[in-house]
Amino acid sequence: MKKVAIIGYAQHPILENAGALNEVELIMPVVHQLFDELGISQNNIDFTCSGSCDYLQGAAFAFVEGLSAIQTNPPIKESHVEMDAAWAMYESMLKIQMGDADTALIYGFGKSSPGRLDSIISLQMDPYYISPLWPDRVSLAAIQARVLLEKNIITPEQMITAVIEARTNSKNNKNALVTELVDKEAYLASENISSPLNEFDCPPISDGSSAMIIASEEKAYEFTDHPIFIEGIDHRIESSNIGSRDLSKPTGILASIEKLKLEKIKFDVAELHTQFSHEVPYLQSVLNLSDVPTNLSGGPLVGNVMMCAGLDAIGKTYESLKSNDFTNGLAHASSGPCLQHNMLVHLEKKS
Amino acid sequence: MSEEEKKDYAESPINLEYHYTAGSATTRFLNQVKEGKIVGQSCPKCSAVYVPPRGSCPRCGVATNIEVPLTDKGCIESFTIVHIPIPGNPIVPPYVCAMIRLDGANISFLHLIQGIDVEEIRIGMRIQAVWKPKDEWTHSLENIKWFTPIDEPDVDVATLRFQES
Repeated sequence: MKKVAIIGYAQHPILENAGALNEVELIMPVVHQLFDELGISQNNIDFTCSGSCDYLQGAAFAFVEGLSAIQTNPPIKESHVEMDAAWAMYESMLKIQMGDADTALIYGFGKSSPGRLDSIISLQMDPYYISPLWPDRVSLAAIQARVLLEKNIITPEQMITAVIEARTNSKNNKNALVTELVDKEAYLASENISSPLNEFDCPPISDGSSAMIIASEEKAYEFTDHPIFIEGIDHRIESSNIGSRDLSKPTGILASIEKLKLEKIKFDVAELHTQFSHEVPYLQSVLNLSDVPTNLSGGPLVGNVMMCAGLDAIGKTYESLKSNDFTNGLAHASSGPCLQHNMLVHLEKKS
Repeated sequence: MSEEEKKDYAESPINLEYHYTAGSATTRFLNQVKEGKIVGQSCPKCSAVYVPPRGSCPRCGVATNIEVPLTDKGCIESFTIVHIPIPGNPIVPPYVCAMIRLDGANISFLHLIQGIDVEEIRIGMRIQAVWKPKDEWTHSLENIKWFTPIDEPDVDVATLRFQES
């Protein structure tokens, strides 16, 4: 495996409603910010890969329009995933491993405000045969929360703690959308949206964009003195047939843990793509993170840009390692209902 | 159910509703269109002029933040004669859809050509906008009913190709 490092990451302030700003106008500032910070341009980028969801914009091939935010003359090599941009990073990783590129620009963007996110995510994710059944993302998450609570894998108190900590940690995150603190009384007084989940257990509707640049080891040191290396990356998907899954057994994540030999690593920080409060204690337990500071950015509960939040978990882990006396970080990205598809990324700062 | 009424399919309409936003650059453009003005936007790096503007120069990847007032005259960059009626479309075939390149712009947009026999239309022909009455103007290029030929010499469209500055 070639050594590959993250050399930069930028995130647009997360907005409840970006209003008149279109996707291109959301992407351009973060890409320019990245280039300016590193003192480089698109001419230094061998491969460009984006992550987005056309259903969010409501137009076929909407992702092609997103490319208007990028300098494409002289012509560039580019690709796109109809997924969270964390998977665009994975594709870029492969491109570098294959020797087709030494540097890659990754960007993700999503506006959830223009449509009904429950219906949009349902259409994107539901593998229907004849007609959509329209299960919404919150109800599906609630099923998993209920399973985990009834099996005593997590407790209601842990869910409350996850919410309170997310809000408290939002102060570390200049781009967080939700920064209002919440206490136990307010939490308990909140009505269920889909039992056992109330509004605090669910992520806010968010608009935004993010960008990242990764590079082979040699190139990384050309552009920065402080690259953060991707020591391990692995992703696994479980059945799209939710009835055939045991929602309390993360078989994909466990396989990734084994593949990446994570049990041997002492992590200093972790950022998890946990969109719902119950997923925080669940993944902390699965990933053995009880003593590891987790979601210091507040995580998706304080800002959850669709098709970006997974890349943001990687980006926030990168930022934590860069600005603290940390060595090892774990990032998690997820896709699909009930943590169906998961990616684990082990980042390491070389001393 | 009688034999005739049997269906071998089921209808299952799917709808999603969106609050579409044009983007801040296109919004500035449409606000001018409502006043009967066509204002393109130019790239600060390569000077290409976009009309309608989408917010960025897709060659350079930067915001097109320079406003460039244009006239409603230009030429036909390309066209097609439509002979097939489209259900619900009030225009009676044959009619012409053309890519309109306004003077001073570096991209073209689609609009109708009227006021000339379809067989006489040619690439490079000079044309000008025919506007709807002012009280019908909205935030739309449909404020222009169509373009119609004007008595000026044809343009060699090869000269319209974008020149690297």
